[in-house]
Amino acid sequence: MIKHIISVLVENRSGVLARVSGLFSRRGYNIESLAVGTCETPDMSRITIVVCGDDPTIEQVKKQLNKLIEVIKVTDITAKEHVERELALVKVQAEPGNPRAEVEQIAGIFRAKIIDVSQTTLTLEITGDSKKIKAFEELLRPYGILELVRTGSVALHRGV
Amino acid sequence: MKNGAQILTNSLTECGVDILFGYPGGALLPLYDELYDSPIRHILVRHEQAAAHAADGYARASGKVGVCLSTSGPGACNLVSGIATANMDSVPIIALTGQVPSTMLGNDAFQESDITGITSPITKHNYLVKNARELRKIVREAFYIAGTGRKGPVLIDLPKDILTEQVQEEDILPGTIDLKGYKPTYRGHPKQIEKALTFLNRSERPIIYAGGGVISADASEELLRFAEMFCLPVTTTLMGLGALPASHPLNLGMLGMHGTQSANYAITECDLLIAIGARFDDRVTGRLEEFAPHAKIIHIDIDPAEISKNKPVDVPIVGDAKMILTALIERAMPGGYFCDPWTKQVATWQEKHPLKIVDDGLLHPQQIVRTISDILQGKGIIVTEVGQNQMWAAQHYGFTRPRQWITSGGLGTMGYGFPAAMGAHYACPDETVVVIAGDGSFQMNIQELGTVAQYNIPVKIVILNNQYLGMVRQWQELFYERRYSYTELPSVDFVGIAAAYGIPGKQITTPSETEEALRTAINHDGPYLLDFRIEREENVFPMVPAGAAICDMIGEHTKHDPEDKA
Repeated sequence: MIKHIISVLVENRSGVLARVSGLFSRRGYNIESLAVGTCETPDMSRITIVVCGDDPTIEQVKKQLNKLIEVIKVTDITAKEHVERELALVKVQAEPGNPRAEVEQIAGIFRAKIIDVSQTTLTLEITGDSKKIKAFEELLRPYGILELVRTGSVALHRGV
Repeated sequence: MKNGAQILTNSLTECGVDILFGYPGGALLPLYDELYDSPIRHILVRHEQAAAHAADGYARASGKVGVCLSTSGPGACNLVSGIATANMDSVPIIALTGQVPSTMLGNDAFQESDITGITSPITKHNYLVKNARELRKIVREAFYIAGTGRKGPVLIDLPKDILTEQVQEEDILPGTIDLKGYKPTYRGHPKQIEKALTFLNRSERPIIYAGGGVISADASEELLRFAEMFCLPVTTTLMGLGALPASHPLNLGMLGMHGTQSANYAITECDLLIAIGARFDDRVTGRLEEFAPHAKIIHIDIDPAEISKNKPVDVPIVGDAKMILTALIERAMPGGYFCDPWTKQVATWQEKHPLKIVDDGLLHPQQIVRTISDILQGKGIIVTEVGQNQMWAAQHYGFTRPRQWITSGGLGTMGYGFPAAMGAHYACPDETVVVIAGDGSFQMNIQELGTVAQYNIPVKIVILNNQYLGMVRQWQELFYERRYSYTELPSVDFVGIAAAYGIPGKQITTPSETEEALRTAINHDGPYLLDFRIEREENVFPMVPAGAAICDMIGEHTKHDPEDKA
């Protein structure tokens, strides 16, 4: 079960996301994350889906996606050299004194940004691949993660 | 100025539509007003499900796109099993549904249902029309999508205000098709075609496994030429019946769960399986690992997603069956093939294991089907319901041409046959259309007696009446110790019901009456119902139990012994 990042170029119409996500649920494919937004071409969107499965399953995922009329192109980003990023916001317990200093230190190591602060909490913004975000989350857990939100991965092939 | 309803009917006419099967309602009033004096004919069914099945039957019999029409909410929901049936069997239909005005969408308005959401998994594509300017373009696209590539149903949802919206003629978008994400492949890859021929020339025991895709692509003639050229035995799926005449010596009949022994043995022993427009459905393959276990597989299919979906394929050829078969025929070495021992072996199986019929003076369904076949000389259009009636018809009718066999294969929709037969009649008004039904499935859309009576649709209804939900009963007999849990049906006076609609009919209880009754029904100018009281616990044999290898058939037949080459 290898993780694949599938990039799907679609026509930017209402209902497209429902068709794509519906396809995954009814055929029993496991979505790890899904991110969607406009892209370089007007009237089109790019959906980035992280999906786990063996080769025949991934092959089926791609073929079934291609059958949707509004899907223009399906690319398995993981098949070639690529860059992958995800953004997370983490609201973590950070009492004044040692805990706060330590959280700030961890944020520094991970090049995370502090985007909000209160008496007892810090909210951090971090980007990176899924592994980095996972590691960041693990390190902050002992301090008390109050809320965490992730965008899901987006990815592009390297170079031209 | 034109309103949405006018743009719609004009666009339908442009797409060649001359008949609709539908049922009106509040949301469709503007469209029905337009249909009142439109050249498009409208057949008023008695339940929307029947409209969808009739459009489907029309499409299967004619090869054209069938159109059905229903109002919003309950009307649209009633189309669902019909659309799903067409989707599973790749039948091109257009479903037009009324919808609440677009200003009320999402408000749980009266008779609102999210029909594009509901049908998204069971359509090839669907549309919710947002303004009347787009109607022509959408209708054109919908017909193109439905009728090309792997065919299938397309739904167009029509909010009421779109139908009344006034549009200046010059503002109507042209009906040009611009679908960036939809480009079906028709021509097979030349390298794969070469490779297929190499595999074929190397094989000693090849067989063709042909499915509904051959009929859908109008590739029957090419299939026949290809099979004869290489002396290839052919077995067809349920959906592929009629692709090759039943009487052709190379035709082994149907394969799979209720296939012939010769077909299932040949599949099991073959060293090259040429699948054409077939999708390795579980009712065909039985246990997958033991389906064609010794064979290399060539798979010709228009849908790339079917390649290697259930069974890994050695030579995939994506494209149109007719074009690919033509290319194979053109490139093949003339006279370069001879497979005498194999064809002899297959012929021996055919001789040794014919489909059995019992002649004991009792009324058996197999003989009824054979009598219909004899009277019509294998012609006519045979439409079935689902269950034992369907399998007996599939096994025993002597099909002579494609598109004369109309049945719900993939979805197995009881209640399909009777309304589909109405559609088949309008597609081929000169053909005799016979519905072969069970007493269970006939009662699922029995209300369509009203439609056939109203329009005098000359459908011949043959009920193989065993007062059971026969196929389920058969499984209960074989696998659940005859515990007939909720499968027994009380006797119904079908002739009396038909009479109430003004349709003549007759009940038959002995085989001696069969032929005369059938001739009377067929010669009658109009619908006719025959209620055959058949042997109640007759089974469909041979049978492969679910999950078994297809060579292990049960019933009165013996287990396949691979050593038994006789």
